[in-house]
Amino acid sequence: MDTSHCFHCGLDIVKADEIIFDEKHFCCNGCKTVYEIFSLNDMSCYYDFQKSPGASPLDIKGKYDFLDNEKIVDKLLDFNEDKTQIVSLNIPHIHCSSCIWILENLHRLQHAISYSQVNFHEKKVRITFNPGLTSLKDIVYLLSSIGYEPYISLENYETGKTNIDRSLTYKLGVAFFCFGNIMLLSFPEYFEVSEFWLDQYRGFFRWLIFALALPSFFYSASGYYVAAYKSLRTGMLNIEIPIALGIIVMFIRSTVDIVFGYGPGFFDSLTGLVFFMLLGKMFQIKTYSFLSFERDYKSYFPVAVTKINTDTKESSIPIYEVEKGDRLLIRNQELIPCDGILITAKAEIDYSFVTGEAVPIVKKSGDKIFAGGRQIGKIIEMEVLLSVSQSYLTQLWSNKVFQKDVEQKYKTITDKISRYFTPILLLIAMVGFAYWIFIDINTAFNVFTAVLIVACPCALALTAPFTLGNVLRILGSQKFYLKNAVVIEQLAKVDTIVFDKTGTITTSKQTSITYEGVVFSNHNLTLIKNVLRGSNHPLSRMLYDFLPETSRLAIHEFDEFPGKGIYAVTNGSTVRIGSASFVGKKQPLHLEQTAVHITIDGLYFGKYIFHNQYREGLEQLFKELGQRYELKVLSGDNEGERQVLERLLPNGSQLIFNQKPEQKLEFIKYLQEQGKNVMMVGDGLNDAGALAQSNVGISISENVNVFSPACDAILDAGEFYRLGYFMRLSQKAITTIKMSFTLSLLYNVVGLSFALSGNLLPLVAAIIMPLSTVTIVSFVTLMSNFYAKKIKGI
Amino acid sequence: MSVIYLLITISIIVAICFFLAFIKAVKSGQYDDDYTPSVRMLFDDELKKTDENQTKTTDEKTI
Repeated sequence: MDTSHCFHCGLDIVKADEIIFDEKHFCCNGCKTVYEIFSLNDMSCYYDFQKSPGASPLDIKGKYDFLDNEKIVDKLLDFNEDKTQIVSLNIPHIHCSSCIWILENLHRLQHAISYSQVNFHEKKVRITFNPGLTSLKDIVYLLSSIGYEPYISLENYETGKTNIDRSLTYKLGVAFFCFGNIMLLSFPEYFEVSEFWLDQYRGFFRWLIFALALPSFFYSASGYYVAAYKSLRTGMLNIEIPIALGIIVMFIRSTVDIVFGYGPGFFDSLTGLVFFMLLGKMFQIKTYSFLSFERDYKSYFPVAVTKINTDTKESSIPIYEVEKGDRLLIRNQELIPCDGILITAKAEIDYSFVTGEAVPIVKKSGDKIFAGGRQIGKIIEMEVLLSVSQSYLTQLWSNKVFQKDVEQKYKTITDKISRYFTPILLLIAMVGFAYWIFIDINTAFNVFTAVLIVACPCALALTAPFTLGNVLRILGSQKFYLKNAVVIEQLAKVDTIVFDKTGTITTSKQTSITYEGVVFSNHNLTLIKNVLRGSNHPLSRMLYDFLPETSRLAIHEFDEFPGKGIYAVTNGSTVRIGSASFVGKKQPLHLEQTAVHITIDGLYFGKYIFHNQYREGLEQLFKELGQRYELKVLSGDNEGERQVLERLLPNGSQLIFNQKPEQKLEFIKYLQEQGKNVMMVGDGLNDAGALAQSNVGISISENVNVFSPACDAILDAGEFYRLGYFMRLSQKAITTIKMSFTLSLLYNVVGLSFALSGNLLPLVAAIIMPLSTVTIVSFVTLMSNFYAKKIKGI
Repeated sequence: MSVIYLLITISIIVAICFFLAFIKAVKSGQYDDDYTPSVRMLFDDELKKTDENQTKTTDEKTI
């Protein structure tokens, strides 16, 4: 049995905290408790489906008090009757079959739950329960206690029920139904030999085919007509126009043919075309369904806050009801929802969301505190200055950059070509018509319509979605998630890359710590470690993990002064850990470092300096990227890291420090005005404006479910060093698309030669079009897979 | 050969019946999530011990 990893959650076990229960090893009490719950209820087969599927439950006391508020609960429920309530909860931890199993067996843990169903792709669980026996809050507590804490955000609160749109499935079904039946019914005419019986029943078959084509023409293809009409109204020529044109011309020509008996018409090609187009569209949608990029800034704010009423009673109110002058209670780890004034004597606020700095900022009573910070430590009281819609962060979000539709900034490669496709096509058709009109008027019409029919825009319409969809899938499987296919094209065009420093090229997970000063004896180390144990401060936690194992000591006195340090008395010694001034050491003012000083029994020993730890493979990545792109680094931090960065980056790369969020955005704009195509790699809310402004914004994330909504792509932190590979793959994707356009051009030339010579038989059209579609789709899929493997090896 | 009218009509009607079944199936919502059922069906049903005891006792009674 693997004893170094927790049986429940799979994370490394710190020997000091190890708990052994039922002959299994757990990393903490939380994991052991979940295991206990499962084995007591006979549900230990949770562990059979996947190794270490669990998550350590987090302490959520007080966090869900807003669920006591009836109005909020009402908005969150899907269905609300006397005896039954149904709620859909978003649970980020759903990731494997064990999760599905346990969540669908919730009724064994809580009898009031009658039924629960998981939607794996959306990471949602739909729970049906009896409100008389349990409440939504209890269910949320239950879920959290087993490590499946739901993620409840303002979105759930605001939007009404979204109706599931199945129209594409219906259209596809209709299209295939018509296509299949028409093909079968066309067989007699294909194998046309002038047989007597065929002449007799020809009319029957033809009109039947006509009737079958109607649903496909009117219903299934309706999307294309609407899109083409809209695009014509705005004066742009996009890909839907030749498709809609082709379909309509085919229909008219075929109807004319049947009515006047010229031929069997092209209904088989028509329905075939509609079917393949819709299939392509469905494929596109399936590829995007995993990630939801629709979160806006509201997701970062707590749904409800605790307000202290004038009679000092606490009540939870929805965030939009917070008004100026309200007094709010903010607990440990809670976000500050709006700008206000601090009432409590002292507060320590972590603004890493906004500034990127992990070190909390100390505020004292009367100071203004800004929204977006997270309170660390004691409970604080604040008075609201501005309601939510006016806070600083909202201003950043409301920056017109967000409102701008990114799509309009960039014309996709398909749109570029379709701009020329339709006019050229019409030109050829006119020329053919003009040529034949002097020879035979019938053939002239024949040729005109044949040209419009056979010039298959399907290659154009299908190449991009299939190639890009495939590449999207390949990238997604390697933890690089793009917002949509357009991003791939934009990636291929980038020439400048701007990196944010904190959290992007540095990792927040490990920070290397060095010590300067008098060496500690083992006894002293024991003292320090024990004192650190009582503190929740990020630096204390990092230092605690860094120091070696020691025995436990009892602490007699312990006082933590936010922003200053810790004062403790243990084992007869007085220990002071913290800032230089706190421990009584004079520090030269211009020294820029994050350091923790130690004094024991009044004697100064030294300081621990926290160095930024750069991500693995960074130097290699910079070298690789430096060959093709201009690299720049922007940072909200101080100049301390300049020399290190100059070493890592290619010569002459720009390094700018002390940048505020707006300044980062301005910098990107400035580069773009110089004609550069900029890609920004960042991580948090503070570079959100810059991420949206840049041509491509990539957000590096340690946890894929928490990211900036302004970005175009998310890259998992572990795969950061492969950025060069991803960039090359996107370029190869564009190459593949160009190659397949050439291939389709070949088909078109062949088809047009048939059309212009007046020889386009329905049979020929019926063969060429599906053939070209299938070969193009297979070609792009194979090529993109081939490139993905080939350039990996480089 | 005029029976072909009847045959084709019948086959079209059968095809339409299948099509209606398709519409009904999609409407019931079973295709909205096409991944989870594939995992769900692999879960083993556990035999409930109490049920076994009950069947045993009823058997004894009939004998």
